[in-house]
Amino acid sequence: MSTARLPIPGRAPVSHRVHGPSALSGDLRRFWSLTFTLARTEFKLRFYGSVLGYLWTLVRPLLLFGVLWVFFTKIGKVNDQSAPSAKFYGVQLLGSIVLFTFFAEATTGAVKSMVDREHLLRKIHFPRLVIPSSIVLLAMFNLALNLIVVFIFAIASGVEPMWSWFELPLILGGIVLLSAGVAMLLAALFVWFRDISPIWEVVSQILFYASPVIISVQTVKEKVSSSVLHLYMLNPLAVIFQQFRHAMVTHATPSAGSLLGSWAALLEPLAIVVGIFVVGFAVFDRSASRIAENL
Amino acid sequence: MTTTINRPAASPQAAQPTAAPAVSVQDVSKTFRLPHQQYSTLKERVLHPLRSTEYDELNAVQSISFDIAQGEFFGIMGRNGSGKSTLLKCIAGIYGVDTGRIAISGRLSPFIELGVGFNMDLTARDNVVINAIMLGLSRREARARFDAVIEFAELGEFIDLKLKNYSSGMLVRLAFATAIQVDAEILLIDEVLAVGDAAFQQKCFEEFFRLKREGKTIVFVSHDMYSLERFCDRALLMERGVLRQIGEPHDIARAYHKINFGTLPHEAPVSGPLEAGTAIADAWFEDTSGARVAEASQEDALRMCFEVRFAEDLDDPVFAATLRTELGHTIIVARSDERNAASGSFKSGESVTVRFELPNWLTPSRYMLTPSVAREGTGADAVALVEDMTSIVVYGNSSGGILEMPLQMKIERS
Repeated sequence: MSTARLPIPGRAPVSHRVHGPSALSGDLRRFWSLTFTLARTEFKLRFYGSVLGYLWTLVRPLLLFGVLWVFFTKIGKVNDQSAPSAKFYGVQLLGSIVLFTFFAEATTGAVKSMVDREHLLRKIHFPRLVIPSSIVLLAMFNLALNLIVVFIFAIASGVEPMWSWFELPLILGGIVLLSAGVAMLLAALFVWFRDISPIWEVVSQILFYASPVIISVQTVKEKVSSSVLHLYMLNPLAVIFQQFRHAMVTHATPSAGSLLGSWAALLEPLAIVVGIFVVGFAVFDRSASRIAENL
Repeated sequence: MTTTINRPAASPQAAQPTAAPAVSVQDVSKTFRLPHQQYSTLKERVLHPLRSTEYDELNAVQSISFDIAQGEFFGIMGRNGSGKSTLLKCIAGIYGVDTGRIAISGRLSPFIELGVGFNMDLTARDNVVINAIMLGLSRREARARFDAVIEFAELGEFIDLKLKNYSSGMLVRLAFATAIQVDAEILLIDEVLAVGDAAFQQKCFEEFFRLKREGKTIVFVSHDMYSLERFCDRALLMERGVLRQIGEPHDIARAYHKINFGTLPHEAPVSGPLEAGTAIADAWFEDTSGARVAEASQEDALRMCFEVRFAEDLDDPVFAATLRTELGHTIIVARSDERNAASGSFKSGESVTVRFELPNWLTPSRYMLTPSVAREGTGADAVALVEDMTSIVVYGNSSGGILEMPLQMKIERS
């Protein structure tokens, strides 16, 4: 502060054009540090906000798990509990719930994110993509903490370490990419269409039941034709959850690849994930310049 | 996550050999579309895909061009809704422009308002770091400058207090102290000086002068004429999206006065109290040539005038003209009975015009005239009085006091 920074004589600054706001502009270091700061602040607020703080973010998936566990193993019996694929059903269920919670948090959080941060968007010039990115990052923080709980629960249930645990980064990468794509799309669309919020609540509820969270793919396979199963497995969440169950919990449940017939068939859901991401980015990028004035 | 997609931020223009203007605005226009419905919905879009949404267009900024030189303290003035903040946001890159071109040379500070992004549930310590990161510092730089910020803001003992427990003055101090940490060469500031206590304001102004001495360019949006005249080297005036005038702050302040207070009630005489009794029919200001005026320069003498219609016979009534500021402080009470002068006798039905002439020593502002007529005596027994019947805007120089009296000064060595 006290050091006077006099302009250096002879060094005429280069004049450059001011562009309007965009999704990504300026240096990536600032993009990252802003994204991280916003996510960290939000996380901190949640952590210190109430007495139980972090526990609350844990309690929700755990409660959901408890209810579903009791209902589907003791009362409803949707899955054949004696089938080999039902081995470690509890861990499978909790893992899927935690992954779905991440997806729901990242996407639902993103819907109103731009509108909620109007004060920033209207007052500071920064890459607009920072906002949905920080929402996804915040959900990733929670996912990381929740996965620790899943890990402890798995070890306690007797799940043995497997080489396929190294697939975890791929599985997480897939769901992060998917969530980020949907988050960008929803965040941009909500600025113009305010009914996106209730619509998305319903859609994510449908996705919860349309993915192998409660019932395993094995159960679905027994009930439907192979073409319907194929359709079911086009849902990227179904592939991600199933592969998580296979690779992380037990090989007794089939891998996503074997369910689709071949590993090459996995390219279809992968293409969908990439497609959603690209569309999400394109829509966000196109609307980024006008978001501030339409809030 | 998304870091693989990188777009060049700006295509750098060819370097100009001589000092390029810090900010160059060329023919910039910005129009907002204001839809008739507040928000559209997807449902509507699906049900009526062909229906075009109706909207009004608001031309917030209309083909404005100007340059700001390196190291200049530049003011943008205008009333609320004149487009001055929109213009500033276009320069900052928060809004994209519809036509025209804005170029800057030097690093632009990314914010236009103090305390953006402050979170009331976090401590000052956290907020300063977060704010500095938003302004473009790295986390490490932000931490390194933390002490300087707190010292400048004079908030040493409150750093671990949550912002919701701060007073508004403390908040401003913290925000200002954080904002000036940015290593920007061009600062954009939207209405900041109206807050904080007097001592801190003074400190802010000193800090502005320091930044200016360092060769920084400051663009300052305000509707406070006083700070405009005091700090700016040059200014522009906007009215309804159009550039009205650009030049010396003094001239801009005067023009601003005109558009702000231009239409004054003196053109449409306010009728006095609706009673059969003695009434004040009209009140106005005029210059020494007798022409009615709505504004006056400090150099010219000024007349306060009003017309009285008598409905009763009165001997030696007391005519008075009271001049007050808009805040209601009485500046002058001119009375006809000063030095026991007799005003004369008036018959019912008569009309007279009373004029008080005075040298205009008033500081630039708006003043309200209250004419009155009272019975002979102390002047307390009023027969007619109309509060703030007309007003005048005085322009000229301001020293900061309420009167600009001619003075003589001598400095003698003892």
